[in-house]
Formats: sequence, C-alpha cells, structure tokens
Amino acid sequence: MTPGQDVLSPDTGRQRPIRILVAKPGLDGHDRGAKVMARAFRDAGFEVIYTGLFQTPEMIASAALQEDVDVVGLSILSGAHMSLFPPIMDALRAAGRDDALVVAGGTIPEEDVPALEALGVARIFGPGTPLQDAVAYVRDHAPAREDLP
Amino acid sequence: MGTSPTKQGLADRVLDGDRRALARLLTYIENDEPLGQQSLDRLFPHTGKAHLIGITGPPGGGKSTLVNELIRAYRQGGAKVAVIAIDPSSPLTGGATLGDRIRMLEWHDDPDVFIRSMASRRFGGGLAQNTLAVSHAFDAAGFDPIIIETVGTGQDEVAIASLAMTTLLVQVPGMGDGVQTLKAGSLEIGDVLVVTKGDRPEANELARDLRRLRQLGVAAGSAVSEWDAPVVKTSAVRQEGIEELIAAIAKHRAWLEESGEMAARTRVILSTEITERVQATLLRQIQRPGGDGGLGDLIERVVAREIAPHRAAEELFGRLRDR
Repeated sequence: MTPGQDVLSPDTGRQRPIRILVAKPGLDGHDRGAKVMARAFRDAGFEVIYTGLFQTPEMIASAALQEDVDVVGLSILSGAHMSLFPPIMDALRAAGRDDALVVAGGTIPEEDVPALEALGVARIFGPGTPLQDAVAYVRDHAPAREDLP
Repeated sequence: MGTSPTKQGLADRVLDGDRRALARLLTYIENDEPLGQQSLDRLFPHTGKAHLIGITGPPGGGKSTLVNELIRAYRQGGAKVAVIAIDPSSPLTGGATLGDRIRMLEWHDDPDVFIRSMASRRFGGGLAQNTLAVSHAFDAAGFDPIIIETVGTGQDEVAIASLAMTTLLVQVPGMGDGVQTLKAGSLEIGDVLVVTKGDRPEANELARDLRRLRQLGVAAGSAVSEWDAPVVKTSAVRQEGIEELIAAIAKHRAWLEESGEMAARTRVILSTEITERVQATLLRQIQRPGGDGGLGDLIERVVAREIAPHRAAEELFGRLRDR
C-alpha cells in the first residue's frame, strides 16, 4: 500500500482494518515475542491493541470486549500455556467474545497443540514460524464480523 | 451479556447498558457502517449530557498516565467514565499500534469504565474521523465525563478544541526555554494547562513560564478570554496535582454553563462534526477510483503543467456539483 490510498481498504481488500489484541499472559517478563508480533501485524496494515505483559484472563477478555477486536493474539514463552489457556478461553466466553479468532505464538511444543485446539485456539505458531505465515493466516481467518447473527 | 448483539435493537441494548452491544456499535460507527448510523439516529436524542474533556500534548508527555489518574478521581466521585484514546495510523501501511490502554489496565473489571482505542486513520489534527460520533454513543449510554486523548501532538494541532468542551493541554518539563511558551498554536487552546512529570526539576520553571503567558497578554493589551486558563502541575509518581486538576476542570465546566459559553461551544462542536462529514463524503467521491469524480484526466493535465492545481480543483468541484 502506498500513501494516499483509501485507508479503509488496506492491502487486505476488506472494508476496514482488522483489529487484533496482542497480549502476553503469564508472569514471566519476556515481551519481545509480543512486541515482534505487534510490529508484524502493524506493518501488515492491522490495527493492533497492545496491552503487553502480565495479562490476566480477565484483562484479556475485558480488552477484547471493549476494543471489539476481531482477533486475540497471545504470546506465551513461559511454558505455562496448558494452565493459562483454559481460564483465558473461559473468560472470553464469559465476556461473549468467543466469536473472536484466538491465535497464539511462542514456545509451545507440538504435543500440546491438539489439546489447545480443542479449547478453541484456532492456530498455534510455534518457534521458527515465519511471521508472514502468521499474518497471512490471521488475515484469511479473521471472522467476517458483518455476518454475526 | 453472553449473546451476540443482534442487528435488531442494538441501540436499545446500548441504552440498557449492554457493554458488548456498545463495543460493537462503536465499531460500526468508527467504520461508517449503516447500522452505526441507524443506531445513532435512535441514540442521538439521548445525548448532550456528557462533559467532553480533551487531552492533548506531545508523545510520551504522560497523557495516558494522566487519563488513568483522572479515571481514578472520577470513579472515586462515582462517575461513569469513558475514554477514547487515539493513536496514529501508519502513513505507509494504514496499520497502527494502539498502546494507550496499557496505562489504564487497572480498570479492566470496573463496569463503569469503558476504554476504547481508535487509530487516527490519517484523519489529521491528532484525531480520528468519527471521534465525536463515537462519543455520542458513550453519551447516550450514560458515560460522563468522556475523556478524549489525542495522538501525541506538537505545536499546531488544535482540532481537539473544536471537539471537547474542556481541553487539557499537557506540557512536559525540559523541552525548551520560555520562548516556546510565546509561540502561537496549540498552547492557545488549553482551557487548563497541565505540567506533567511535576517531580522533575524543570517543572516549576515551565509552570512559571506558562503562568506568565497571560500576564504578557494583558500587558500587550490583547483580547484575553474571560476564562483564565489555570496551570496545574501534576505528578503521577507522587500522586500529586490530580485533585487540583479535577477542581480546575469542574470550575471550567461551571464557567462554561454560567457564561453561556457551553451553548456556544456545543454549537461549534456539532457544526464541526457536520462539516467534517461533508468534507469526508466529498473526499470519498473524489478519491473513488474510476468514479465520476475521479481525478482521472485532470491529474494528467496538471502533471503536464497544462493547468494549475487550483484550476483542477475548481473543475473537479464543478463536476461534483453538476452530478
């Protein structure tokens, strides 16, 4: 996209930019992954709501609700994903935001992926995933919000 | 809660305090979707009650932190507080990082606080296109005050003053000497001048320079507003100055009411919204690729230096009018 083009039709061809919440749940202080993720989505024309470190499930759900994001992107590097995800998905459901696409990136081993997908996490981007792949996946799978009942 | 906002009765659900419906409505309004506009038709008669407080100032000047402190103070007073926090969109990709919310996370479980981030989408002036329309939805939902935080601004972004009833102008210590306070522009629009990071050594000096501004105006015989914009020094670190700031805002609100200025400002704010919508609509018609109003042949003639840009503009406007 070049400057001067219609801002409501970024290179996605959609009517409006996709809004994504980028948050890092858990208690470790490594936010580089979340920041890289935020930068990649911003550069791809997304509107990124960045809430950073130490996000509780309730904070994530509350931000997803108030910001009405299309996508929730979580960065997890602590290894605590199996205990973090169930309460996050519960909180999103309680807030009525289980319609958002939930994706995650970080140090999540292959063997845990099926259990997380069963919880409703749409896609896990493990170590070494090119960011362009994550961006392309989200762009293709962000829910068409106009189609909500 | 828990169910999806259906297209029927979105406005009614907002009036009933359904936060999810409100959040979705804000999306529709931000994007000029028909459902947003239809809902606003229903909601607009319920607006006009909220006090719109604008906050503007340089990037990193402490605006979001100040907003967080204002939320705390207004919540202690029992108010229902909405925040519209605007950050810039990329001129290259249209993308944005909206990072004001990170300073206000402690209110995540308070049902009487609603914080919404907006990307400027290159609207200019430190605002986003539909900021005021978004504020109408908050107003109808019973939020008062509604705090609007602009994009980080410099010397010349004054649009917030045509959108807020009380404008707080944030100035940061250590950014230049007293000559800066003499300059025209955004310094003139502050109804309250706020020196943030008041724990820093240069803060007193800046507060003093700002206070001298009005004295200089009086000495110069300039027309000075009846409202004497106070200078308030705050420090989030030391939790200082917020009570004084809240009092200054309340005093300004009272002055607006008593002086009749509130009615005048409300007219300016709503007129601005109307004219900006007209501008946006015209722009869309002009920019629509291949549309009747497209620059098409005109830009070619200007690039070839056959006609001057102002003649092309005249021609374009004529075509729109004749359509």
